[in-house]
Amino acid sequence: MMKQITILFITLCTLHGIIIAQNKQTVYTHATLHIGNNQVITNGILAIKNGKIKAASSTYTPLATDSVIDATNQHIYPGIIAPYITLGLTEVDAVRSTIDFAEAGSINPHVRAQIAYNTDSKIIPTVRSNGVLIVQSTPRGGLISGQSSVMSLNGWNWEDATIKADDGVHINWPSLLVASGWSELGPTGWEKNKNYETQLQTLTQFLYEAKAYNKTATTTINNQKLKAMKEVFDGNKRVYVYANSAKEITEAITLLLKLEVKYPVIIGGAEAYKVPELFTKNNIPIIIGRTHALPYKEDADIYANTKLANELKNKNILFAISDEGDMEAMQARNLPFQAGTTVAFGLTTEEALQAVTLNTAKIMGIDANYGSLEIGKNATFFISTGDALDAKSNNVTTAYTNGLVVDLNNHQKELYGKYATKFGLKKQ
Amino acid sequence: MNRIYKLIVTLALSLTAVSTYAQENTFPTNGVNTQADIYYAFTHAKIYIDPTTIVTDATLLIRNGVVEQVGTNMALPTNTVIINCTDKWIYPSFIDAFAPNIGIAENKFKGSDDTQYESNKKGAYYWNETIQPEYNAAENYSYVDAQADELRKLGFGTINTFNANGIVRGTSVVTTLAQNKEYKTLVKENATMQLSFNKGVSRQEYPTSLMGSIALLRQALYDAQWYKNETNKKETNLSLQALNYHWNIPFVFDASDKQNIVRANTIAKEFNKQFIIKATGDEYQRIQDIKALNTQLIATVHLPTAYDVEDAADAENVSLSELKHWELAVTNLATLEKNEIVFALSTQGLKEKKEFWNNLRKYIAYGLTETTALKALLTVPAEQLQISNKVGSLNIGRIANFIITNGNIFNAKTVILNNYTQGEAHSYKALQTIETRGKYVMDYDSKIQFILSGTADSPKIKLTNDTSNYKAIYKIERSLITLNYDVPTAGTIRLTGVTSPDGATLNGYGYNENGKQITWKATRTQAYQDTVKVKSDTVKVLELGHVTYPMMAYGFDTLPKTKTYHIKNATIWTNESEGIVTNTDVILQNGKIKAIGKNIVTPQGADTINATGMHLTAGIIDEHSHIAVSGGVNEGAQAVTAEVSIADVVNADDINIYRQLSGGVVASQLLHGSANVIGGQSAIIKLRWGASAEQLKIAGADKFIKCALGENVKQSNWGDKFTKRFPQTRMGVEQTFIDAFTRAKEYERKKTQSNYRKDLECEVLLEIVNKQRFITCHSYLQSEVNMLMHVADSFGFKINTFTHILEGYKIADKLKAHGANASTFSDWWAYKMEVQDAIPYNGALLHKMGVNTSFNSDDAEMARRLNQEAGKAVKYGNVSEEEALKFVTLNPAKMLHLDAKMGSIKIGKDADVVLWNTNPLSVYARAQKTFVDGILCYDITKDAQLRSDIAYERNRIIQKLITLKNSGTPVIKTMPKKQLLYDCESIEQDYIAK
Repeated sequence: MMKQITILFITLCTLHGIIIAQNKQTVYTHATLHIGNNQVITNGILAIKNGKIKAASSTYTPLATDSVIDATNQHIYPGIIAPYITLGLTEVDAVRSTIDFAEAGSINPHVRAQIAYNTDSKIIPTVRSNGVLIVQSTPRGGLISGQSSVMSLNGWNWEDATIKADDGVHINWPSLLVASGWSELGPTGWEKNKNYETQLQTLTQFLYEAKAYNKTATTTINNQKLKAMKEVFDGNKRVYVYANSAKEITEAITLLLKLEVKYPVIIGGAEAYKVPELFTKNNIPIIIGRTHALPYKEDADIYANTKLANELKNKNILFAISDEGDMEAMQARNLPFQAGTTVAFGLTTEEALQAVTLNTAKIMGIDANYGSLEIGKNATFFISTGDALDAKSNNVTTAYTNGLVVDLNNHQKELYGKYATKFGLKKQ
Repeated sequence: MNRIYKLIVTLALSLTAVSTYAQENTFPTNGVNTQADIYYAFTHAKIYIDPTTIVTDATLLIRNGVVEQVGTNMALPTNTVIINCTDKWIYPSFIDAFAPNIGIAENKFKGSDDTQYESNKKGAYYWNETIQPEYNAAENYSYVDAQADELRKLGFGTINTFNANGIVRGTSVVTTLAQNKEYKTLVKENATMQLSFNKGVSRQEYPTSLMGSIALLRQALYDAQWYKNETNKKETNLSLQALNYHWNIPFVFDASDKQNIVRANTIAKEFNKQFIIKATGDEYQRIQDIKALNTQLIATVHLPTAYDVEDAADAENVSLSELKHWELAVTNLATLEKNEIVFALSTQGLKEKKEFWNNLRKYIAYGLTETTALKALLTVPAEQLQISNKVGSLNIGRIANFIITNGNIFNAKTVILNNYTQGEAHSYKALQTIETRGKYVMDYDSKIQFILSGTADSPKIKLTNDTSNYKAIYKIERSLITLNYDVPTAGTIRLTGVTSPDGATLNGYGYNENGKQITWKATRTQAYQDTVKVKSDTVKVLELGHVTYPMMAYGFDTLPKTKTYHIKNATIWTNESEGIVTNTDVILQNGKIKAIGKNIVTPQGADTINATGMHLTAGIIDEHSHIAVSGGVNEGAQAVTAEVSIADVVNADDINIYRQLSGGVVASQLLHGSANVIGGQSAIIKLRWGASAEQLKIAGADKFIKCALGENVKQSNWGDKFTKRFPQTRMGVEQTFIDAFTRAKEYERKKTQSNYRKDLECEVLLEIVNKQRFITCHSYLQSEVNMLMHVADSFGFKINTFTHILEGYKIADKLKAHGANASTFSDWWAYKMEVQDAIPYNGALLHKMGVNTSFNSDDAEMARRLNQEAGKAVKYGNVSEEEALKFVTLNPAKMLHLDAKMGSIKIGKDADVVLWNTNPLSVYARAQKTFVDGILCYDITKDAQLRSDIAYERNRIIQKLITLKNSGTPVIKTMPKKQLLYDCESIEQDYIAK
């Protein structure tokens, strides 16, 4: 019965379209509210109006004018945020013409993901229908890949999808090790990256020059690359540095501190738990990689990557979980389950949720309006009939971004419907 | 220095060269005749006639490079040069049974941008240039003094050399290391046929994988048999001719690790042959398996270099398996000996040949006996190479190849003084050093006295004038003396002279401190007494760890055994008509499910497991896996490679076996990749962690093969270079199948002929057509799936399983009608064009249409959470939880024809069960215990213990390494091992040695 109501509701919303009027306050009652800040409110009430959250508590009394929706047995979550992802910049991994995340050259701080972000990507509707509503669309490759932007998965074009333009510059710290050759038994191993020092030198020199360049108010020669770093040094943009080993992380943070970068963020950070003081002392957050990942080293704890979240939590380091890796754009819809998996490894469900909502928003600097179901924030949330962090119960029936309805239909559901009908099966 | 040394050698040669000439000389002489009939006698020596026949105070008599007599009390002919070898030891010089590219230039690897499908070797040779049995090392060998001398210095006198290039490398040549014309030194041409799994510098596409190398070698050997028996030959093949011609000479196989020894031996057995297998030093890790082969080895004396673990972070790069191997490798030869495995030794594999004796002494310190070591350098290689009548001992008539030492060769202080090759002397140190050590008094001033001590060939001097010590130097070169000393404030007295033959007097002339010439004579008043304590030359034997199974992190100390388990009060997902039952007990006994029920009485001796609140399921079965494979999962060089088999290359030492047990996986089908239309045969294994490769395979399982459709087999995403191999379109794919199965039918008819050519590819294709082998086909688009079902129908067989089958939902009715199984991903898509219509509802739709459906991994990471993936069948398409779990247990068991024994919790089935902390479909679930055949292979509490054991063991060895580094042992930088993580698109084009 409940399901039928839900379907009806989806249909209504779809009919109304994205521009549904919201002068009227919408109130969801009897829901389990997962606030995103480690709090959960059972039998809670969520009120939204004019795209903002007006109430999220167990005590709010709806007004007579409110449109009240009974959400008994439903769970309401803040929209899940997928940081550090190529979604929107890629369509088909194997088709070069659909790939827009890797620019030529190794120092590209001036290239911006925002304007390449494809709101009509066929992948996006499959991702948002699992509750992931915001991404940090990010370029890749080289020493400096470019600038990411925080984007909504519910937009007509890149302008109205933009949540935070050019939120940060992405640096790939050089690797100390590079893969070596093959033997008849398979890959033989790794070798020292002979170019490490050179790469490091190139990167360091660029960063120092950028800092110097942007100190001058007037300059005779325009340099796009150097100019692109201005707001990083002004403290208006993040610097995201991808580094995994303890040594690489240590070197990266040392340099960033020397450069007096205001908002450094480490991405990857597989061995961050070995050097926690670097993070706690300097108040540096981390965006970790997949929890569904095998450890790099044969001897390692076989669940090292899954346990990393808990290790960081225990050391009071601010962290978020990303989906970085193979087929990441498509896999973004599994980010809730990547978070859920950490629950078997020490986190609570609410902490796991926080690692893909409020923590992520804080790290990217959008927590004033996103990341949790707190009063005053934008109404970016979704409703699931079951626990959204567990694959078997994640069932998103309603979603909003900035108070706008999200179309939860997608190409895959359509094909499912089409063939279920062909074979006379009842689509649920 | 080198030049001086060369000069000495030359001098030595000119003295003895006469004896090396044989009586016949086919070469003209420039000048007068240089031949003579002279004997050489080496007297009063301790002589090892062979490793176990030792005579003391004996004489070795040689003439013209051959042993004339050996023993005691022999009468010497008058025309004998006598060389006194008092206190000296004589051994036959050693044989290096495996000495690649000595005097034979190595082939250089030439890179190429183009794909090469045909052999670049011109002429009537085998189709694949890595098969070159016609190569004859004897025709290509020429003496290279630097290489020969390097080995001679170590005491070697004979080598078996060949060109180490290719899978069939051709025949080797045995030669002495005499510095002479090749026609004088060759002992045996075509001594052995050399084989390996490494295609060497060949740029021909096939093979690209280890399993391809195995298949190619087998096919070549079968081709040779056919060629031999073919009476009315319609083709000439010089390679096969050569292989047949040399069929009965020893075949030596260059294996690159312990598992390859077993693989090589399997081929030997197939052809009723016994290979001699070159090993690499890790045999001790699976010694029972090696022993069971009952084959002879050529072992290495290589030892892994110590690791630099000074930096805590860098130390983490080196794995426990490498640390343990570094520590235990030194036990390898003793382990071989203890297990009565016959082996020869070789210098091959040493980074520097001069490490040979140091390493061998270490092996001896760790238990190898000296006699076995000597046999491995003398009689064993002589027998292996079938040259015992010429070398390996000093019996009469043998080539006069021997070394003279100043003591036991295994003693660190012992020096090889001379190495005689074919009676020709190579002198590395004077045979007799005049003993000038002792106390001397000077004739012109009896207050001047000096003591010479230290070594006989460079004694140290202490010179005194009455009670004062004077600074002095002393040198002896042959019998010439230099003696200088400083008179304080006056100057240096410089003396030169000669010693008497017994060293009792030294005399000569010189200049005093004023430059006035003087004569001098010093007389020994006291003989030398060795009061200096000789430093112990024995290798310090350290305490060692032990072998684990497998020899890596998380390995078992001893192989675990099946026990009786009483699992109490669990929620059991039976996968049977009983459905999910609560508060139920299960008994596992003798590897089977013995009983299921409520409140069962605990059998005697059973371990009880309180499973209250926990869930018990059948073990997960992964229909599509690429873990535990050595040397590549794709033989991608041809469109049809049915001849290759993953079963040949199962790798028992893959950490992913253990990792997947932690996700409740108990069995996996290890599939060939999807690079070609008809790929290779699969292996179905149980994850019996610790067992050897052979034991992992499920005995009696039905046979399967991988086929593939679409972009991969068309090479669509391989880059612009790959546009030549047929097929490049889906149209061509159909024709490739039809052609292959038609060839199989024709082959079946050919097989009735008396001498048919055994074609390994067609043998397997025929099994498919005859329903003795079943297809798992990589597939995406509905069109191509439909096509293959039609092709199969037209040949009268069915496609067993479509794997991936991402558009299966579009033709679910057709799949059902055909009777195909579907093994799909839960939700993958968007990685290439042909998966644009892939939907996560695929599994549910197929299942609802009555197609037996499973979720597989194709990924080492996803494999260990297939339970979560099954949960997605609930999310996408609302499959019931009970049925969803079957997607990763019973359903794959059915499609692999294993459901009679696996896939559900039923009395009598294999005890492959998993205990979970919560609903197994949840992301919150973790396997607590995984049983395979009733053996507890993974246990979450034991896992924690293992991690602390790993940390302990690593630290123990690291401490040892640090101590060694601090004491000056050379170390190398640590680098992490790269993990073998294959998916079905992994292509290793150039895995060969660069």
